[in-house]
Amino acid sequence: MSKRTFSIGGVHPHDSKISRDCAIQALPIAPTVYISVAQHIGAPSVPVVAVGDKVKVGQVVAEPGGFVSAYIHSSVSGTVKSIAPRADLAGRMSTHIEIAVEGDEWLESIDRSDTLVTEIPEDGKAIIEKIRQGGIVGLGGATFPTHVKLSPPPGSKCERVIINGCECEPYLTSDFRTLLEKGEQVVVGAAILRKVMGNVPCTIAIEENKPEAIAHIREVIARLGFEGIEVMVMKMMYPQGGEKQLIDAVMHRQVGSGALPISVGAVVQNVATALAVYDAVQKNKPIIDNSVTVTGECFPRQANLLVRVGTPLQYIIDYLGGIPADAAKVISGGPMMGRAVANLQAATVKGTGALLFLTEKQTRRAPETSCIRCGKCADACPMGLEPFLLNKLSKAQDWDACEQNAAQDCIECGCCLYSCPAHIPLLDNIRVGKGAALNAIRARAAAAKAAAEAAKK
Amino acid sequence: MSKLIVSPSPHIHSKDSTRSLMRDVVIALIPAVICSVVFYGWQELLVLGVSVASCVLLEWAITKYMLKQPSTIGDLSAVITGILLALNVPYTTPWWVIVIGAVVAIGVAKMTFGGLGQNIWNPALVGRVFLLVSFPTYMTTWSAPKGLFGADAVTGATPLGAIQEGLMSGASVEELTSAYNYRDLLFANLGGSAGEVCALALLAGFVYLCCRKVIKPWITLSIFATVALTSLIFWGIDPSRFTDPVFNLLTGGLVLGACFMATDYVTSPMSLWGGVVFGVGIGFLTMMIRYFGSYPEGVSFAILLMNSVVPLLNMWFKQKKFGRK
Repeated sequence: MSKRTFSIGGVHPHDSKISRDCAIQALPIAPTVYISVAQHIGAPSVPVVAVGDKVKVGQVVAEPGGFVSAYIHSSVSGTVKSIAPRADLAGRMSTHIEIAVEGDEWLESIDRSDTLVTEIPEDGKAIIEKIRQGGIVGLGGATFPTHVKLSPPPGSKCERVIINGCECEPYLTSDFRTLLEKGEQVVVGAAILRKVMGNVPCTIAIEENKPEAIAHIREVIARLGFEGIEVMVMKMMYPQGGEKQLIDAVMHRQVGSGALPISVGAVVQNVATALAVYDAVQKNKPIIDNSVTVTGECFPRQANLLVRVGTPLQYIIDYLGGIPADAAKVISGGPMMGRAVANLQAATVKGTGALLFLTEKQTRRAPETSCIRCGKCADACPMGLEPFLLNKLSKAQDWDACEQNAAQDCIECGCCLYSCPAHIPLLDNIRVGKGAALNAIRARAAAAKAAAEAAKK
Repeated sequence: MSKLIVSPSPHIHSKDSTRSLMRDVVIALIPAVICSVVFYGWQELLVLGVSVASCVLLEWAITKYMLKQPSTIGDLSAVITGILLALNVPYTTPWWVIVIGAVVAIGVAKMTFGGLGQNIWNPALVGRVFLLVSFPTYMTTWSAPKGLFGADAVTGATPLGAIQEGLMSGASVEELTSAYNYRDLLFANLGGSAGEVCALALLAGFVYLCCRKVIKPWITLSIFATVALTSLIFWGIDPSRFTDPVFNLLTGGLVLGACFMATDYVTSPMSLWGGVVFGVGIGFLTMMIRYFGSYPEGVSFAILLMNSVVPLLNMWFKQKKFGRK
């Protein structure tokens, strides 16, 4: 079968999957963990424990602060030491629940055995409620609450569930290792998701640079005998795992500007999310840990670690031998879309997928020179935008023109800046224009809503 | 480790830089440069040297003394302009004429507009056309190749020039083109400016640039296709008045223009279809000038004319945006 890919743009960074052979190993539990109440897109959760409370692994420590929000569970057992603002990895303050670890005592309701449970509950609503109770959010990066995604608005219908196993970012290998080591669980998770969405077909999309994972998942599907789940081999191309790009590649449908995937009948969930769904529905286990790739050419001890949520980054780094002398940048996530870490005392969150160390030589930006109108940015943009133009419009603060030229469609994948031979900070500037365009669109929508309500009265 | 760099994503960059792309273009021009030196001898080397040196020096002087900005000669674009200008003039051109050409190319066509990336017209072509209209004697007296250690040059007209003169004196195209065979045109054995002498060397450079993904082939291929098609139609109608397609493809600097001048990033459209329309325009205008114009050669004028409409082509032909009509 031919390999699928999205229809516009894309780049080919070297895939640098140097930690691909490192099996996932559990990181010893840190002496103290810091659990943020803002680990997802949407309203921050509200703490429901008090200082001095004893908590167990899997116990709810914060409840959703709104519809688009999520439960947060204790990842360790111990005593709540404080509930106070603390700097996250970018240095921004948010409320964290500090827990001093005592032993490793789990809630009795959690099934900790390795037995694979393939029997899927019948009631879809009950499944979604379990997913909500499990605090599951999209682990591919966006951390959007999964139960919201699985409850399509009235009038829209899901036609296909896509499990995103592309892992198109260079260096990252945690999804690959999950597919290899927890393939059965991921497949059952996929089966649960397709059942919830009304027994629609399900595609597990894996990039061609993971042939072992492709073969393994195909074998698992055949062995477990699940109907309606197929593996699709994707071309190695960044950003293949972008939600809109993946839907385009798998279903040949393009999600419109500002629209949600469900508008074309698609629901996309990451491999790690599918595993979390399995854990929550079949094992009663909420998200308390996630796999984190720790890698970089300058980092001697590559690893894929199973890390409890709220573990300080410094603790992970020290466990693996400390920061190498020539590391100049620590990135949470991949090199294309990850965020540079300003604060190593920050704690991991549910969506933390990788810690990447780059040397100054690897990451230093060359000085900006004149645009030579080569058009490489426009060729690379997977959204079909004109980054060179948006860059100029943003710098000129012409927000109307930014909106007309679809700055709001930018997915911030970084392909433009990556490919610009003049090293122009295209994406840095476009983000500003995108923000302004989105604000204008939201303001108009709010004004229209207010006007409509005023007319009703 | 004492300090961490914090900056927005992406955190890695492709290996391409303006300098590396320009270096690839210089590498792609090397076969043609070697060919022209082999066929024309040391005088061609002098032309190349004067042209490249004056282009680079001028750009350096203008940035340092007039604009008072950091020098931009490191991007190698002035080197390319120098080589292209040299390949566009006969090897017999006096050195001071070439210096004037460089002043117009770099000083007027490039730096006046703001330097690399800002110019509307291809600098080397502006320099060439300026010399063509200002010093027609030097620019249209072409000498047959004499080789690196050859005897005195035989002065004559280029194939296209000879045919136009011949047509005026009443001869038919068949009689006139019988003097040339295509193998000579392909392997460089005819009079012309240096860059016209060996189509194969130029095509090798073009293939290199396409393989290195420096340029995309659409512009060049659409020029070739349009020239072939237009001349096929006219030649089919009246072979005694109009030259045939193969002759048109291999003469008059078409290969040089299509491969290296029309594909200049700054002065060509960005999108695929913009590039195709650009190429079709160049091909068609070239043939109209060759068949009906007063100059025997039309590639330079055609490219400059199409350069002028590039902003429009960039506006009209855009990549379809994702998920939009």
